[in-house]
Amino acid sequence: MSDSTRRGLAGSGSGPTGDGAVRIRDLRVELGPRSARRTVLNGIDLDVSPGQVTGLAGESGSGKTMTGMAVMGLLPAGASVAGSIRFGETELLELSPRRLNAVRGNRIAMISQDPTSSLHPMLSIQRQLTDHYRAHTGASKADARDRALELLDLVQVPDPATALRKYPHQFSGGQLQRIAIASALMCRPTVLIADEPTTALDVTVQAGVLRLLRGLCDDLGLGVLLVTHDLGVMSALADTIAVMRGGRIVERGTRHQVITAPEHEYTRSLIAALPEHHRPADGKDPS
Amino acid sequence: MLLLVGVTLVTFVLTNLVPADPVQASLGEQAAANPEIVEAFRERAGLDQPLPVQYVTFLGNLVQGDLGTSQQTRQAVSAELGRAVPATIELALGAIVVSAILGVGLGMIAALKRRSAVDQIIRLVSTIGISIPSFWLALIVYYVFFFQLRLFPGSGRLSAILTPPPTVTGLYTVDSLIAGDMVAFSDALAHLVLPASVLALYTIGLLTRFARSAVLEVLDQDYVRTARAKGLPGRAVLLGYVLRGSLVPIITVMGIAFGSLLSGTVLVENVFSWNGIGQYSYNAATRLDLPAIMGVGLVVGVVYILLNLLVDVLYGVIDPRVRVA
Repeated sequence: MSDSTRRGLAGSGSGPTGDGAVRIRDLRVELGPRSARRTVLNGIDLDVSPGQVTGLAGESGSGKTMTGMAVMGLLPAGASVAGSIRFGETELLELSPRRLNAVRGNRIAMISQDPTSSLHPMLSIQRQLTDHYRAHTGASKADARDRALELLDLVQVPDPATALRKYPHQFSGGQLQRIAIASALMCRPTVLIADEPTTALDVTVQAGVLRLLRGLCDDLGLGVLLVTHDLGVMSALADTIAVMRGGRIVERGTRHQVITAPEHEYTRSLIAALPEHHRPADGKDPS
Repeated sequence: MLLLVGVTLVTFVLTNLVPADPVQASLGEQAAANPEIVEAFRERAGLDQPLPVQYVTFLGNLVQGDLGTSQQTRQAVSAELGRAVPATIELALGAIVVSAILGVGLGMIAALKRRSAVDQIIRLVSTIGISIPSFWLALIVYYVFFFQLRLFPGSGRLSAILTPPPTVTGLYTVDSLIAGDMVAFSDALAHLVLPASVLALYTIGLLTRFARSAVLEVLDQDYVRTARAKGLPGRAVLLGYVLRGSLVPIITVMGIAFGSLLSGTVLVENVFSWNGIGQYSYNAATRLDLPAIMGVGLVVGVVYILLNLLVDVLYGVIDPRVRVA
């Protein structure tokens, strides 16, 4: 990436400001009908810092996705939330829906697991890349299109001008996830929540998307919350790793610490579940 | 094209299968007892020819735009249909527009407030709408809102003291707008309210149910969560993403609803003296006016074909995945 692009991308956009970090403290979430209320998050503390990939690992049902959704304000209806999620100086849990909408998609963005279902099948790529950008920045259609072309180029989608006119079904899963990442980065967010960003992709394209995420993190100073059950992905990308089980964080540390010297029994069992060739001996990239 | 020929054949065969004698119906008892008059009538109407010959003659006239002469009114069927069709189109369009707005709107509200009291009330209203027979509702509405309350005019398309606007589309509301005649426009619109409401109630109920389930399905989609995560305002998410995603099943049901709406016009037009296809076909059928019956059959068949074509075209407009590359 050239220096000029980097400057263009790293500038702070409009909306609430802050140092670009998300700090989660004692986050508690309860879900379900009154008769069968259950605690899905039970006192989570977690930081997502600029330029860092924070990994959140754990099996399904451990609450790792709920943590990401809580930050986005996308918990299911009827959820009760306690604790604190600060974004810079802003307490996200106290924002009105309107002010929350000014943050999400703008300062904090999200990409989800399956790009074939997370993009609208009937709307053009241009529409899906630009509608929130125009809503957040008030940019003209032409400016938004220029920005979209820039982003598609950044995430290495070939022939961006043609791609803008196409629809999701005309792309492969890997290309779509790149497009989804481009869409998430349109408004120059400082935090990206990536919920299982490679799980639905072919193994052959996973590595490319992971490299792209790592590059964005390093080059743009993006803080990434990487939610995945895949410790292989985790060991390739994360700077720090938190391991969740039953709505609590049971272990945390640098990638090296957690992967090579897991302290908690549960983390050891997760690592043991990895295929032999995928098990990193020293915490370096397995590739 | 093949479909059109099929429609003519089916219409023709069905009309002639009717086990009733049009001669009896047209001539009356005394004349029908006289073999000479019967013979002359059959010859003039072409009824003395074998059926295949009659069909070919019918087709030959049809391609020249000649649907024959009504045995009842002695007028060209095509001219009579030309007056009746726009009246029914106006009524049906009015009803379908109201149904689309209310049905889809109520369906969306029910889906968004699923399992709440609002949802239950909407379900009740749509069930009532689907269950009430339209001929009964037409009589009740006619009696209450016209005869008792005098809220809206109850018969015809325009008050007798007004002259219809110059014909452009044949729809009084549209034509009076084109002519800039606001008095005629509001009068035509007022005449439309009762019959269109009666017709619309069933389709509103139908559309509400299907829109509710279509919207519910889309609300759970990842792309709606993405739209929310992008920080788009609620209305943009709802109209741009949710409604857009549920439009294909909604359009499908609207096509079907429009068809049922057309058959509903037969009863409703008779109650409200709306001189459209419904009333015309009722008169033709009760008097065994064969050319008129065939004319109606043809028109309805063509309307259905056009309707299906329109729905297919709309699929392509809505969903890029069904567009031909």
